[in-house]
Amino acid sequence: MNFDFSDDQKFLGNEARKFLDGECTTQHVREVLNDDAKSHHEGVWQKVKEMGWLGTAIPEEHGGLGLGALELCVLAEEMGRALAPVPFASTVYFFAEGLMVAGSDAQKGAVLPGVASGDVIGCYAASEGPGNPDPAKLSVSFDGSKVSGTKVPVTDGDIATHAIVLAKEGSGASLVLVDLNGPGVTRKSVQTLEPTRSHAEITFDRAVGERLGDAGAGGDLHDAIMNRAAVLLAFEQLGGATRCLEVATDYAKERYAFGRPIGGNQAIKHKLADMYVKNEVARSNCYYGAWALSTDAAELPEAAAAARLAASEAYWFASKENIQTHGGMGFTWEVDCHLFYRRAKLLAVQAGAPKVWKEKLVRALEMKNAA
Amino acid sequence: MDFNDTPEEAEFRNEARAFLDQHLEPKGAKPLRQRVSGEEFMKQAKKWQAAKAKAGYAKITWPKEMGGRGGTPMQQVIWGQEEGKFDSPGGPFTIGLGMCIPTVIAFGSDEHKKRYVQKALLGEEIWCQLFSEPSAGSDVAGLKTRAVKDGDEWVINGQKVWTSGAHYSDYGILLVRTDPKAAKHKGLTMFIVDMKQQGVEARPIHQASGGREFNEVYFTDVRIPDSDRLGEVGQGWKVAIVTLMNERLAVGGSPGPDWSEIMDYAKQAGTMSDTAFRDNLADWYVAAQGYKLTKLRTQTALSKGQTPGPENSIGKIITANQLQDICNSAIEMQDHYGLMTGDEMPADGLFQQSFMWAPGLRIAGGTDEILKNIIAERVLGLPQDVRVDKDIPFDELKQG
Repeated sequence: MNFDFSDDQKFLGNEARKFLDGECTTQHVREVLNDDAKSHHEGVWQKVKEMGWLGTAIPEEHGGLGLGALELCVLAEEMGRALAPVPFASTVYFFAEGLMVAGSDAQKGAVLPGVASGDVIGCYAASEGPGNPDPAKLSVSFDGSKVSGTKVPVTDGDIATHAIVLAKEGSGASLVLVDLNGPGVTRKSVQTLEPTRSHAEITFDRAVGERLGDAGAGGDLHDAIMNRAAVLLAFEQLGGATRCLEVATDYAKERYAFGRPIGGNQAIKHKLADMYVKNEVARSNCYYGAWALSTDAAELPEAAAAARLAASEAYWFASKENIQTHGGMGFTWEVDCHLFYRRAKLLAVQAGAPKVWKEKLVRALEMKNAA
Repeated sequence: MDFNDTPEEAEFRNEARAFLDQHLEPKGAKPLRQRVSGEEFMKQAKKWQAAKAKAGYAKITWPKEMGGRGGTPMQQVIWGQEEGKFDSPGGPFTIGLGMCIPTVIAFGSDEHKKRYVQKALLGEEIWCQLFSEPSAGSDVAGLKTRAVKDGDEWVINGQKVWTSGAHYSDYGILLVRTDPKAAKHKGLTMFIVDMKQQGVEARPIHQASGGREFNEVYFTDVRIPDSDRLGEVGQGWKVAIVTLMNERLAVGGSPGPDWSEIMDYAKQAGTMSDTAFRDNLADWYVAAQGYKLTKLRTQTALSKGQTPGPENSIGKIITANQLQDICNSAIEMQDHYGLMTGDEMPADGLFQQSFMWAPGLRIAGGTDEILKNIIAERVLGLPQDVRVDKDIPFDELKQG
């Protein structure tokens, strides 16, 4: 048994951290936060492209590096830690993974090389309104060649070149690949809690699309893609939660009140210990998710759900209690605490909120138990 | 990243499995209510311990000259996994072999090691650990049991509490105050004590759970030769730290019904569709998996020669609280009926039994609060709590 990343994978993570520590600081994140016209940080994005990270898990035949899911997990943790203000998750965890799950060889061959080179920015359009999108009750529809209807919000929808759209087709649902620069696509930026990642409302009016996978298979394919995205997002969440604990711990050692560091008080110590426990629970579940993802294990549904739930809870707790530990300073725009609080919420709802994943997890346990 | 045994590990697992098959029954083969207790249990436990020790499975990582196998930490892990699948009567030796004997090996003389280690391994002698006192629990260094030097001997007077197995133990390691004028941590000394001698009296504690698994132990003019001292006079705290480090490795594992048991019960009871229950079940699963998988990470680190640190403290915080929570939910699921106890109740009455045991588990071996302090101070490097008793002679401290 070896329940850990390899030395090579850890090396990749360390190099990524060194790079992001220098090239993707919270100052870079704030450039996007403070400028409504900026959808992402172009400088950071260019460098991420140059590093070849976009093609990490894309096979070499499609222009990628042909590394595995484990390498992508290691990078995801670092991207999450750095709050990278770039469309990496949308393009890689949702769009590229989606194509690899649902696309034909021809579709993969046509689009994946562009993802690997950075020419394609992808997004995943599922949400239509309040509540988790139900493949049986979609308003956006596909008639076999054209998509119509409105998706909102779509993360990175304003800058993406391509989208995977979950749409109604006949009495079922299908996944549809749409070139967003084609006719019949209208995009409008929307304001969200997390301005360092841009969001759009996309309206399709008989926009040209091609189906990914079989007609009516959209629900199952959507679930399969969400399982994969859940593990990768969980690593981003883990990276963010780990950094919150570090920041809060450092502050608790430096901030003096009543003549000594606030971190000497048990109310703070126990809060940070609780954070540590949640982060460790998340890390261990994330590693198991990574294993399941990299081996396409039958356990992926419950492993992905557990990783996502543990990491969502850890990041939520760490980001809110990091603000609390900082006191009044933590509630100012200038101190970085709110950046993590915002990102934590985006990542927790982007692929289905915890409530949805709890139900998925229990159903997976029931299936296993019945087998 | 993989969960496969190496060929050597697989071979060891097969050997272990064959040995276990030969000696024990698989878990669940016999209903709980048919299990033996008391003297018959002790007889079986001693027999099993001797068989294990003779076959080299009692302490796998110990060197051969100490009676161990000279094996790897991974072999110890594999043994634990396999033994866990069987009804193994191991309880009475856990503290002795997990905490006391390692302390004897670290601080005892060659004579001590020759005299005690082998007999403990074979299960012929049982050990207990005598640290806690009525006024010294979390702050165990505040203990008051006195040892006064008299020639080549020490005379012991005082009281210990929460001593598991004191009534059937042959020996104990005993932490006492040898210098009340020194500061709290500096006036302590550790001894080996013969539990069967005159002046040692173990009385069972009637626990809140109704059971009597623990004892209080009274020492009245008990004499211990100076040669049975472990470590220097006044260095008892340093010795105790070694014992307690081993405790954190020894404590852990599943203490009672977990998510799968309450899920089984919910299915029987027809309450699986309750959405609040489904949410709770997901939370329990995630936390339990988190702990189980954290142990696998620790074991991987061990197999690479790294030493696991105080991060192990997360285990008991998770398991003890979860046990309490699960039992509470299972009882409430049964409504008024859930109040009843006994082994004819659902799940053999384990939910009710563990409901009363769980408060103790949250306290034993380090309270939730002490474990969180350990994480905060030793893992995160936060400042220690304020210690108003630091550098003050023990006999001038406020007490109450």
